[in-house]
Amino acid sequence: MEYLIGIQGPDFVLVAADNVAASSIIQMKHDYDKMFKLSEKILLLCVGEAGDTVQFAEYIQKNVQLYKMRNGYELSPAAAANFTRKNLADYLRSRTPYHVNLLLAGYDETDGPGLYYMDYLSALAKAPFAAHGYGAFLTLSILDRYYRPDLTREEAVDLLKKCLEELNKRFIMNLPSFTVRLIDKDGIHDMEKLPVGPK
Amino acid sequence: MALQDVCGFLETLDDISPCTYLPNEMGYMWRTPFEFDGDSAFHFLFPPQQCSRKNRAPTLFSSTFSSLSPHQQPFQLSHGTTTLGFIFQDGVIAAADTRASCKGLICCPISQKIMPIHSHLVVNTSGSGADCMLWERILTREMRLYQLRHRKRLSVNGAAKLLSMMLHPFKGTDVCVAATLCGWDGEETQETLQSCMEIADVKEAVEQDSNVSAISDESAQGSVKMASINEQDEISKDTQALNPTVSNQNTKNALSTFGERSGPRVCYVCSDGLQLKGEIISVGSGSPYAYAVLDDGWRWGMTVDEAVALAREAVFRATHWDAYSGNNVDLFHITAHGWRRRDREDLKEEYYREREREKKKIKEREKERQKREGDELVEGEGDIYSVHCG
Repeated sequence: MEYLIGIQGPDFVLVAADNVAASSIIQMKHDYDKMFKLSEKILLLCVGEAGDTVQFAEYIQKNVQLYKMRNGYELSPAAAANFTRKNLADYLRSRTPYHVNLLLAGYDETDGPGLYYMDYLSALAKAPFAAHGYGAFLTLSILDRYYRPDLTREEAVDLLKKCLEELNKRFIMNLPSFTVRLIDKDGIHDMEKLPVGPK
Repeated sequence: MALQDVCGFLETLDDISPCTYLPNEMGYMWRTPFEFDGDSAFHFLFPPQQCSRKNRAPTLFSSTFSSLSPHQQPFQLSHGTTTLGFIFQDGVIAAADTRASCKGLICCPISQKIMPIHSHLVVNTSGSGADCMLWERILTREMRLYQLRHRKRLSVNGAAKLLSMMLHPFKGTDVCVAATLCGWDGEETQETLQSCMEIADVKEAVEQDSNVSAISDESAQGSVKMASINEQDEISKDTQALNPTVSNQNTKNALSTFGERSGPRVCYVCSDGLQLKGEIISVGSGSPYAYAVLDDGWRWGMTVDEAVALAREAVFRATHWDAYSGNNVDLFHITAHGWRRRDREDLKEEYYREREREKKKIKEREKERQKREGDELVEGEGDIYSVHCG
């Protein structure tokens, strides 16, 4: 029922998440933020089981910040992604596995932008574009067709809009608005929320 | 224990899918008390026996007992209730019905679902009654300890976080608590200190409580004590009163209030981990009906009377449609000066009053229609319109 999407460009990563916090059939909140800021240039998008998402994401967030405090420099996105995956894997075979699906998006000075896909079985893959949720079934083929590695920012936002329009058309759940953020060498930028009107 | 193993005693076999857990030498998944910090608040609160988590280790004998029926609860734990809380420019309204149900039986028609935690925070609870009572008390204790240690009250969001962290180890067990924390964040000012001398109002309200519902006697006295303790605290903090941000709150809208340090707050905490801040929260089997009324009538700039009327109507409609909600409605109003309680109201009477009002309205509409027809000089139409409903 929740949806995450990420698109990597040559020097930026564009990510979006829906804003619905639901409890059985009721939408309890329409402006819920599913993105967690790990550092100045890394965002963690987290969906999954109710309490696990916040618990796990905040745990990773605080640990990444602790690393910076101890060592004086920040973890790179690749390192943060692998750290997250390791934690997921450790908890997977414990008594308290975390059922969360993640997208980690970041910008590294040396390696450039990176988008990492992680699922609740702690699989990790660096991908040019990725999506989580039932909505992913509907939008991955659109991303396949129109994605190019040298997208500009405007083209990436247009591609994102195409995906959200398809969701609005065919997805059974009503996802009225999405938080959109862009990460590049200057940090994390909030873009305006994309509300997709009913067709 | 070998005999337990053989009999499959205490085993719930609801999930026979292959598991990846390693059982210990006894074949059980014991939670040791040493997994967590000694100085965390809840190290002694672990479930004393195994938790029935979703994934369980197959013991030596579990496969042979697949034909055994799983361990049955004596009765279904239900969320049969309607509770709601919302913020507006003049504070927070918390309302709930008073029916405690147990499958098809009404265990208690006059239960109290809204409990004051301290002078500026109340909690609406739904879920399993026993769990709610226990966790209310635990939360009250922890908040009081925080206040004593840090010399300021924990904010509503902080209390929600605390409760959420305390409930997290019990995720996956049968603990069922869905709490809505409704309160006013903020520092006391000179104004509020003086009007806290009008805690007489609060005490009066609390004494009315003890007349109305015998069950909540203890809690009523407890809250009187708490109110007076907080009074003393506030007096001692007189010299440390900070700038009066409270009076400005009423002129600001909801969005900017969220960024302020003080103001009305509503927070939802659930035992499965969901934690939400919001403006309107409703929980329970009657919540969809209540949401419909609240979404229609809520505005940030409501007056107190409008807000109280809205909350009453929302609970009333929910109790009408939902079998597990009913009897009376409790209403609390929390402002910067603390919480005040309205008298408990029987909704059965409200239902009959509404019927009367509807009858009157239909009669009036009928009279108007006849007047209009009398003015018009068209014949024939009078016959059609004289057939009326109701």
